[in-house]
Amino acid sequence: MLERLVQQASSYAADIDGLILLVLVLVGFWFLLAEGMFFWLIWKFRERPGGRSEYITGKEKHLKRWISIPHALVLVCDVFIIIASVRVWYDVKQHLPQADETIRVTGQQWAWVFTHPGPDGDLDTPDDIQTVDDLYVEVDKTYHFQLESRDVLHSFSVPVFRLKQDAVPGRRITGWFRPTVTGTFDIQCAEICGIGHGVMAGRIHVQDAGTMAQWVTANSSTAAQ
Amino acid sequence: MAQAATEIHHEAHGHDAHAHHGPQGILKYIWSTDHKMIAMQYLFTGMFMGIVGGFMAYVFRMQLAFPGVSVPLFGVVSPGEYNALVTNHGSIMIFWVAMPVLIAAFGNYLIPLMIGADDMVFPRINRLSFQIFLVSVLMILASLFVSGGGFGGAWTSYPPLSAQSQYNLTSIGATMWLIAVALEFVAFLLGGINFIVTLMNARAPGMKAYDIPVVAWMIVIASILFMLSVGPLIAGAIMLLFDQTIGTGFFDPARGGDPILWQHLFWFFGHPEVYVVLLPAVGIVIDIVATFARKKLFGYKIMIFTAVATGVLSFFVWAHHQFIAGIDPRMANIFTVTTLLISVPIAELLFVMIATLYGGNIKLNTPMLWALSFIAEFLIGGVTGIFLGASGADIYLHDTYFVLAHFHYTFFPIAIIGTFAGFTYWFPKMFGKMMDDRLGKIHFWGTIIPFNMIFIPLFVLGLGGQHRRIYNFQNFPELAAMQPFRVLATVSLIIMLLFQLVFFWNCIKSWRGGAKAGRNPWKANTLEWTTESPPPHGNWPRDAMPRVYRGPYEYSVPGREDDYWPQNLPS
Repeated sequence: MLERLVQQASSYAADIDGLILLVLVLVGFWFLLAEGMFFWLIWKFRERPGGRSEYITGKEKHLKRWISIPHALVLVCDVFIIIASVRVWYDVKQHLPQADETIRVTGQQWAWVFTHPGPDGDLDTPDDIQTVDDLYVEVDKTYHFQLESRDVLHSFSVPVFRLKQDAVPGRRITGWFRPTVTGTFDIQCAEICGIGHGVMAGRIHVQDAGTMAQWVTANSSTAAQ
Repeated sequence: MAQAATEIHHEAHGHDAHAHHGPQGILKYIWSTDHKMIAMQYLFTGMFMGIVGGFMAYVFRMQLAFPGVSVPLFGVVSPGEYNALVTNHGSIMIFWVAMPVLIAAFGNYLIPLMIGADDMVFPRINRLSFQIFLVSVLMILASLFVSGGGFGGAWTSYPPLSAQSQYNLTSIGATMWLIAVALEFVAFLLGGINFIVTLMNARAPGMKAYDIPVVAWMIVIASILFMLSVGPLIAGAIMLLFDQTIGTGFFDPARGGDPILWQHLFWFFGHPEVYVVLLPAVGIVIDIVATFARKKLFGYKIMIFTAVATGVLSFFVWAHHQFIAGIDPRMANIFTVTTLLISVPIAELLFVMIATLYGGNIKLNTPMLWALSFIAEFLIGGVTGIFLGASGADIYLHDTYFVLAHFHYTFFPIAIIGTFAGFTYWFPKMFGKMMDDRLGKIHFWGTIIPFNMIFIPLFVLGLGGQHRRIYNFQNFPELAAMQPFRVLATVSLIIMLLFQLVFFWNCIKSWRGGAKAGRNPWKANTLEWTTESPPPHGNWPRDAMPRVYRGPYEYSVPGREDDYWPQNLPS
């Protein structure tokens, strides 16, 4: 459903969209039922001249059922949603799959700084490649990102990946993603970070293996100089 | 017991003497300790702040729909001004509109009248509460005009942005914002003590716990929630103030502090706060629904206890605002469970409200339309909350316009619909005149239709990945194409704001030339309808204070000729 609005471009995007769809179906059912009942009652019991209301206390067993049964069913729906939600959460946030490569993402007022490990595959070595606001990654490769901030809170958000994580000064937060579609997509800062918050827009370039290798070679040679 | 308390209370501050020998002229208003006068001051201050907050919404919505345009009555909006506008719109609407109107205005006006007391138990603390509140109003308004401009770090005021002026660039504005919020808390702590003690000690003889009208219960439960939750935030606010002004490092990681600590303190208050404003609105709606459906409530006790259950649960859900804030990811699982559980009492509350309509004889006048629309609209706010409480879905939806649309579908019914419902219902009591029902209905439809047209597009934008507090979405290629939705929301907002003129015209017209209301125009049961409209100082003549013989919702009792049975009529 959501992919009609925003493309799915990471390995877990479809799981998150599926969860949103599940919630939509369950709460949508209750929503339509409750609103339907509500408007039907207003119409059925609209004021009639000389009409008189019934005297109902809410203690009548045969009427109380109309509250207590839905009450129990809402609880059952909650359990389903909780189980589905925890499963998705575990896969995306709690569990770190083996990384093919680790990058560093640093938020600052008001730009994203990305550090690519370069040809040796290790961060904090002389051949690291730093870019500002443009992140280059390879499709179908699992990335760990180390998220940091230099000043205030920021939030690293890539809508097509369904990825969002706050960056906190003083902490290094590790997360992961695995791009599944090549192309260029938006990176947002999703936590207000001052007057430049609205221009803190990056782009992520998901490339195939060949293009990525060329990019690394071209940039590492300049970085090494 | 209750009788004794009321009589002692009479002796304690002798109303009749006070009325004749008290201050005269304008001072009569400034120093009045009459609960109705203080309620009116809260009501009109809150409504004025509502206009300020609405104007801010108009300015930043114009910027979003037509980036860079010179907004009529304001001018071109700079990014800093944009941040200050969204920050103060949120702060004002919650702390200076919803709180004063729903808790302080209705609480002050209704609690003594509904329980048959002549005033609050602590009338002078009540006066002090409003005066501190007024200082906080002046402080927040002044903060918009100081050098550097108003604070622009969002109403949640997360440090380090809020703590250090090198980051927020509004050193004076940020500090004034914080002091204003802290003063507002002090005002409501004083008011809350008053509501709780008054309900416990000053009830009319014969009024047992389950004879109290639901709205009075709800305001008192809300006051208890507020008092229990606000402590940590006041402590946090003082720590933040020290970080801002004398260079401490409570929230500064470079000096051993932790920015996330603030988020815990803020949301430990912030989530119960939602129910602090929700419960009074629910109470208002329930009273109106019972009156105009001519029905006894479907389960009075269920309602009181679900409200208490909601309140208790609301203390265990705060970290659902912080799923992706950098907390330990395992914590999210616990808070997903507690958050989704809160849907059970809230659903119960709505089911009971809907069930009360069954078997009724429903009169659709202006107050009833407002009350019913609360149920229909709040339901949307409620169900969309489930998406955000589910941690897995929140990864995507967090800090998008989906969140924004969700909480406007809760806060708009609470603060705006609840207020209009209560105001139109008790207007005859407050001013002694009936409101024009036809103008009232025009105002109702002119508000409710545009309201949905503002926020349904924002749900779509949120699902499309649009994030919050951005002053120009043209910088984001994926979001730029959704501009028609933004324009639709802005145009709807302007239409809705213009329809508010009908409301003010109706108020003035009815106040000056409306039909006389009499004591009980709605044929309602609760005690406030047994005195004159507007009620005199002291509410009832001293030798004719009401006694209570039954519950507040004995409508359409079989065997009685009238379909209502006031609480004070002996059987």
